[in-house]
Amino acid sequence: MNAVKTGAFYLAVVVIVVVAVFPFYYAIVTSLKTGTALFEVNYWPREFNFQNYVSVMQQGAFPRNILNSILVATLTVGFALFLGVTASYALARVRFRGRTLLLLTILGVSMFPQIAVLAGLFELIRFLGIFNTPWALVLSYTIFTLPFTVWVLTTFMRDLPVEIEEAAIVDGATPWQIIFKVFMPLMWPALVTTGLLAFIGAWNEFLFALTFTSSNTTRTVPVAIALLSGATQYETPWGIIMAASVIVTVPLIILVLIFQRKIVAGLTAGGVKG
Amino acid sequence: MAQLQLRDVRKSYGSVNVIKGVDLEIRDGEFMVFVGPSGCGKSTLLRLIAGLEDITSGDLLFDGVRVNDLAPSKRGIAMVFQSYALYPHMKVYDNMAFGMKLAKAGPDEIRKRVEKAAKMLAIDHLLDRLPKQLSGGQRQRVAIGRAIVRDPKVFLFDEPLSNLDAALRVATRLEIAKLHHEMQNVTMVYVTHDQVEAMTLADRICVLRDGLVMQVGTPTELYERPNSLFVAGFIGSPQMNFVNGQIAKGFNAHTIGIRSEHIVVDNDSPTWRGEVVHAENLGSDNFLFVDIGSEEPVLVRQEGKTAIPWGATIGIRPLSENMHRFDEKGVPIR
Repeated sequence: MNAVKTGAFYLAVVVIVVVAVFPFYYAIVTSLKTGTALFEVNYWPREFNFQNYVSVMQQGAFPRNILNSILVATLTVGFALFLGVTASYALARVRFRGRTLLLLTILGVSMFPQIAVLAGLFELIRFLGIFNTPWALVLSYTIFTLPFTVWVLTTFMRDLPVEIEEAAIVDGATPWQIIFKVFMPLMWPALVTTGLLAFIGAWNEFLFALTFTSSNTTRTVPVAIALLSGATQYETPWGIIMAASVIVTVPLIILVLIFQRKIVAGLTAGGVKG
Repeated sequence: MAQLQLRDVRKSYGSVNVIKGVDLEIRDGEFMVFVGPSGCGKSTLLRLIAGLEDITSGDLLFDGVRVNDLAPSKRGIAMVFQSYALYPHMKVYDNMAFGMKLAKAGPDEIRKRVEKAAKMLAIDHLLDRLPKQLSGGQRQRVAIGRAIVRDPKVFLFDEPLSNLDAALRVATRLEIAKLHHEMQNVTMVYVTHDQVEAMTLADRICVLRDGLVMQVGTPTELYERPNSLFVAGFIGSPQMNFVNGQIAKGFNAHTIGIRSEHIVVDNDSPTWRGEVVHAENLGSDNFLFVDIGSEEPVLVRQEGKTAIPWGATIGIRPLSENMHRFDEKGVPIR
């Protein structure tokens, strides 16, 4: 009976892993094919041809697009975490009128679909004169990431022991020093989680990137990949598209692998009696 | 050097009055203990002195200067919290040095002060550890050390022993008493709900109830001359015996109070006779619960080892010079 249970458990695990990983696996396999082999269904790689990777890097401004993506995503994470941490300190620890209302409004902002705010955001970006620059994307991504970041960090900050803050106040720390010298080091798990999600969101975003940039050199990778074209307008260059997709996914996987080690609970252990 | 004065200090949260007008003087270099049942406002009063809460009305003076609006760090205080409140990500050394670093003290000065405090508390071998690598007692010593490093004029303790187990509590209590002895010119204010801590540590005790001061005095004064039924019942362990009704009327009082050590077993000329309904042998003493017809059995401390079996009827006699008499309002009749 026990063996059956264990077997069923691992069968379920295998099914889930296969379903989750198969599309990415197939992209890798496809990216290694050339010519007509692209249109044959093979589940195992038959050849290892890196021609697609070479051509995608020589294709137009693709390396530049990758740099754009890195820049935009990094800045977005930076702004989102800075504003998120400071805002969540106020929302979690400063008593003021309308705090709950403000929190609910922040949550409400995140409920609008992107397309609903696209036109308004476009006007704002034109008004600020940052159309077709990375700043347009940084601004719009930060707006969309912040509600989530603020909510998660506020919840996390509320759970930090009040006595630690009071001890810091008695020690003469200003609110600024409390946030950055006392709370920030305790919030790594929350910061890593929200930061990672903000990065992934900014890295994969398509609609804003398509709308707020117009030249090849300012585009980010998702748009650049979508706009990759073959020799004729009737040909979709699947090999190159797959190679490009693999290239842009690998950094995310590396990031997650690095930071998942940092997502450890219990950082506050020992500070106060649990 | 600091003398504290509280003048009609009040604190309310919205319409709830927590501190209802406290007048109190804490002398320079004194060890003052605030004691009272939970919810009496003793911790709030300490937090008002620390500056962690704003005073609603009244004046708080340090050495005659009003400090109501002064930030906690500018008042020359240091505080030890019940839950230690160490910075979990900093080593013991950095925990203790944090305040001085913020005050922009020189690194040599910091090192000197931290090491001196650590030596005083015998935690100098732990300076490189993180709080989570320490035991509860060590953590609380680090918290005390952090307070010492600030070189405060006023030392505030908010139930510092409540999280420790019984043996450590006694050891740390001695430590704090020693500290008070070594830091003669530092005024200490200590909050506890444990009257044993209050009795053993305090120069003077302030008994609080429902946001009001019931009595202030030395431990002996409070023990021997309580000025209300409440203080009489609160100070002393085991609790004072209270007898109401007809028996008390015989002594011209509404309630009489007598401590267990002030009743002797006397079968020849007893004041009361009763059955022993329960007995506890603590080794050094025997505690007898004698039913003399009052609401609760009377507790009698009997020194020595003369065993008196349960169910025996014995005669007991209160030492009348140690008897406390109270009227209907709980005010002592003297």
